[in-house]
Amino acid sequence: MSVLVYVEQADGKFKKSVFEAVSYAKAIADNQNTNLTAISIGNVSESELKELGKYGASKVLNVAADQLKNFVNQAYASVIAEAAKKENANLIVLSNSFSGKGLAPRIAVKLKAGLVDGAVEIPSFAGGFSVKKTAFSGKAFAVTSLTSDNKVIALNPNAFGVKEKATDAAIENFSPEIKATDLTAIVKEIVRATNKISLPDAELVVSAGRGLKGPENWGMIEELAELLGAATACSKPVSDADWRPHSEHVGQTGIAISPNLYIAIGISGAIQHLAGVSSSKVIVVINKDPEAPFFKVADYGIVGDAFEVVPKIIAALKAHKG
Amino acid sequence: MKILVCISNVPDTTTKITFTNDNTQFNTAGVQFIVNPYDEIALSRAIELCEGGKGTVTVINVGESATEPTIRKALAIGADDAVRVNAVPRDAYFTAFQIAEYAKANDFNMILCGRESIDYNGSQVAAMIGEFLDIPSISIIKKLDFDGTTATIEREIEGGKEVVSVTGKFVASCAEGTAEAKIPNMRGIMSARTKPLTVVEAVAIEELGKVTKFETPAPRGAVKLIPAENAEELITLLHTEAKVI
Repeated sequence: MSVLVYVEQADGKFKKSVFEAVSYAKAIADNQNTNLTAISIGNVSESELKELGKYGASKVLNVAADQLKNFVNQAYASVIAEAAKKENANLIVLSNSFSGKGLAPRIAVKLKAGLVDGAVEIPSFAGGFSVKKTAFSGKAFAVTSLTSDNKVIALNPNAFGVKEKATDAAIENFSPEIKATDLTAIVKEIVRATNKISLPDAELVVSAGRGLKGPENWGMIEELAELLGAATACSKPVSDADWRPHSEHVGQTGIAISPNLYIAIGISGAIQHLAGVSSSKVIVVINKDPEAPFFKVADYGIVGDAFEVVPKIIAALKAHKG
Repeated sequence: MKILVCISNVPDTTTKITFTNDNTQFNTAGVQFIVNPYDEIALSRAIELCEGGKGTVTVINVGESATEPTIRKALAIGADDAVRVNAVPRDAYFTAFQIAEYAKANDFNMILCGRESIDYNGSQVAAMIGEFLDIPSISIIKKLDFDGTTATIEREIEGGKEVVSVTGKFVASCAEGTAEAKIPNMRGIMSARTKPLTVVEAVAIEELGKVTKFETPAPRGAVKLIPAENAEELITLLHTEAKVI
């Protein structure tokens, strides 16, 4: 038995969330006294593949077929399932990213594997195999016990952290047969803002709500985020009013995030919003209403007008950075 | 054109989540159940695509008879008919299998789901249906156009979007942006009472796992308030105390 981790690439590079998935899979492999193999699909340089060794992958299967250069979950799932059989791996780990969410369920069905997505902890082997995952949009956790021989875990970003475990990764080319019927969905275009930090992966997030009064006032939010190296986010009323794109909406019907720092500016903290951000490690709330429910879950709070408070924070941050 | 939309019966978004039986069961006492908000988006887009007699929309739910008010709500929004697979929706694997079995016996051009249900947050059902039926599945989409043969779909990726084209049958899970959720009008509510709702029995499939216990997040400590006139102090605290910057 061994553990297989799928390492998702974007433009030939691995992101922090991938190294985190490798670190997590390595911790499980160590616990089970077994090896960790990674599988990469698409065009990735040898030096980038070697990076995976830093986090504990002792072998990397490199699937570089040109027809797989873009993500097609149907084909990728077939390749990963083949790799699992070849490596005799019965646990497959991947990142619970947008692509991961479309991929893990297909792998699970192919391998008749129980699937835990949104995992936040290392599995427990006491009396079986169980994994803790987020449920009810961050309002709770569900401990899921898997009884199948094969298992798939999709790890939430920022849940485990990146842990170095230097190993020399042997790179092996892998060329499984690819069925034409697995490639009927065709990627036409990929648009990726390279200068922006992606919200689900971000360690720091600056978020604003209706208290900002209008989209024209987001300049200071963006400035604060840029100075911090943070992603920007918003509340539901803001994205519903088209002040900001839907992709920035965090909360129960938007996306759930768990950054190290979440700064909420002019957001009252409705239960639906809190659900999506409550697993943030540190929460800062800036609101002029001292009764705003958000203060109840905040670590730091400032009762005051955002238009006065935020510029002060920006100035302090500039001074701090020298 | 025939579209199948998968509907999940979930607790209202304002629900305070608690558990019973030594934290092994979700406490449904006093909880209002609704159509999963993302499924409403999927349903609304399906209705838009079928407007003007271009097709019909069937909603499917895996649930016991208690979910029928939620199914009627979906019919009131504008679905033409409904199917209920009479079973407890044990998990995504079970639910997806039931829907795939129904879809195999009934010819649909596309199957739409919400991006995830707001109870178990799985994002699993759509891709699992795709795999059971061996057809493409596109997860977490924010735009869907269909010209009668080919669908052009935008899906969310970290920091951007990807445009995918699919010809033939497919499954997609819809996020915000795909459509504005429709609100039922009086005519819809009246007609929903008489629209067909068929009940079918579930097909057996093995169990691969289950939730054994729920936990609620640990409560946070008291908030440390910083006077607005000393707002600068926040940066120092985040650096030296919280150590996050």
